[in-house]
Amino acid sequence: MADRKGMGAFQSVAGGKPLAKKVNPYLYLVPAFLVMGVITFYPMGYQVWMSLTNFGIKNLRFDAPLPDWVGLANYIKILTTNLGLSNFSFWRMLGFNLFWTFSNVIIHVILGIVIAVVLNTQGVWFKRVYRALYILPIIIPQIIVANIFRNMFDPDYGAINQGMAMIGQLFGLSPDIFHIRWIDQIDYPIAAIPLTLSYFALLITNVWLGWPFMTIVATGALQSIPKELYEAAEIDGASGLQRLRAITLPLLRPAMVPAAVYGMVVTFNLFTLIYFLSGGGPIRRTEILLTSAFRLVNEQRLYGVAAAFSMFIFLVLLGLTLLTNRIARATESYDV
Amino acid sequence: MSERPPSRLRNLPAKALGRFSRRIQAGKRLGLGQQLLVQLFLLVIAFSAIYPVLWILSLSLDPRDILRPTELRLIPQGASIQAYREVFIQPTPNPVSWTELAINSLRLSLGTALASVIVGVFAAYAFSRLRFAGRPALMIMVLTVLMLPAIATLPALFVLLNKVQVSVGGADFNLRNSLWGVGLAVLSTLLPFAIWNLKGYLDTIPRELEEAALIDGCTQNQAFFRVTLPLAVPVLAVTGFLGFMSTWSEFAISWQFLTDPKNFTLTMALFNMVGQYAGNTSWSKFAAMAIMIALPVSIIYLYLQKYIVSGLTLGGVKG
Repeated sequence: MADRKGMGAFQSVAGGKPLAKKVNPYLYLVPAFLVMGVITFYPMGYQVWMSLTNFGIKNLRFDAPLPDWVGLANYIKILTTNLGLSNFSFWRMLGFNLFWTFSNVIIHVILGIVIAVVLNTQGVWFKRVYRALYILPIIIPQIIVANIFRNMFDPDYGAINQGMAMIGQLFGLSPDIFHIRWIDQIDYPIAAIPLTLSYFALLITNVWLGWPFMTIVATGALQSIPKELYEAAEIDGASGLQRLRAITLPLLRPAMVPAAVYGMVVTFNLFTLIYFLSGGGPIRRTEILLTSAFRLVNEQRLYGVAAAFSMFIFLVLLGLTLLTNRIARATESYDV
Repeated sequence: MSERPPSRLRNLPAKALGRFSRRIQAGKRLGLGQQLLVQLFLLVIAFSAIYPVLWILSLSLDPRDILRPTELRLIPQGASIQAYREVFIQPTPNPVSWTELAINSLRLSLGTALASVIVGVFAAYAFSRLRFAGRPALMIMVLTVLMLPAIATLPALFVLLNKVQVSVGGADFNLRNSLWGVGLAVLSTLLPFAIWNLKGYLDTIPRELEEAALIDGCTQNQAFFRVTLPLAVPVLAVTGFLGFMSTWSEFAISWQFLTDPKNFTLTMALFNMVGQYAGNTSWSKFAAMAIMIALPVSIIYLYLQKYIVSGLTLGGVKG
């Protein structure tokens, strides 16, 4: 019995693919693509059409008339900052979004590597304890982290200001100077740099969130570097710093580049943190594309404009993905 | 991006995770001075990682029932669980209990996670193992959707789901204004993630096992159901959990879709407690709520994380 079955399998392999075998792979794909067709691809197509109309609340009811065709008007209004919404500038938000992404990821990667290198120094005590604690920022849902930090940055009762006031008192400083309005101060803390305090509050929070991931990746890479390399370098008389520059950092690169690329996409789309911590404020200075898109739907209810805005998000993300893929591929040869 | 699963671990090679928890030895010892310096550095980092958690914990245990904390104190005197009790009975002014909110969140998260894994695993298997015409194009389609955050398709999903309205016996049902509608919208981003994640995992299950089964006379379908699928159970659980966690902390879609407090999820209630109209929600209640949302998933995450590590580093023959 078993033999005959075995023969059958061999015969069908020898005799080329029967039709059933050719159809089979598509049967596996049917459920997923059927579902995605209905709830993903059709809405995406529908959204392209929406973006070319003035779809608003009045068109929302199922028996409502079709919205008017307006062509590219929505797109032009967005690009020329002509939506009649105060402080709503697509270009400024795009610029902020990109700056936000890069500034975060650079700090995450550097901090992640530094901590991983220190933690992996031979003979450090309590390594296991530290590793267990360092995982904390990863396991807490982001929406909770954002809300906790929102409270911590409260000017009157938040832990950050109170903590700084406590430390300041040790040096005889009045607690009043630590009444910092992290979230809603409009003036730039450093006049020459157009970044509000809320940006720094967001940055601090996201650094808190982001470095452990990079440390984990870097730790994995560090531990796969052969010890012999360091021994050889030591024999050749290389100092600690030289070993770091010539061995550790180059060999970390193949692991860190994909991690950084992934971090960039996540940070670019970090809706939850920004929506809950700064709310994009003050005066939309920390708004990223996604939070603005959400407001266009949720608050302004300009569905047509929101659809067009989402198309821009799609294009920007596509560009970012292609760019980062190229960066990742350029370093592929490093991976031995 | 509400929400690609929040985990920053999901794209991690199993090797890296395994090594993170493995001790390394060898080499020369640190001098005492250096050791203390390193300890100081690591302690400061550890403190900053724990501090927000301790702070929220101490807030939630504050017995004084005041609106705002007036001093920094890690262990409040006479700690009480009063705030937890209040939140459990009714977290927001809406007449909905924590349990009802949690059941909504649970139904939504469990439903979308299960659906994404069950539907996704077939496609993942096809992409991982089978050769067919149009494979690259279809994979790019999945990847494109994967790249797109949920909010970027929110306008269309909102409008389209809102069109599905039926009136049964005087009771109006609007798909958009129900957990089913939210579930569908969430699934539209969860499914590509599940396909991609599962494909990555399936790639690591040695192909030889299946080939052996084929030679022994299995059909391709039998090889999938009897060999690969059972081996992939841990992977399905992990992917399912990541999806669960992302829906559990999902906010944007449910906030946009749902209007009836009876359908609200935990994160929506949390937003009600911290939003601009929540000036008189005491921070201890907010803190208790935050902990009661985070704790269940955090514990499972911690547990599963070990599971991912041991499961994938010990069992893996590189394929």
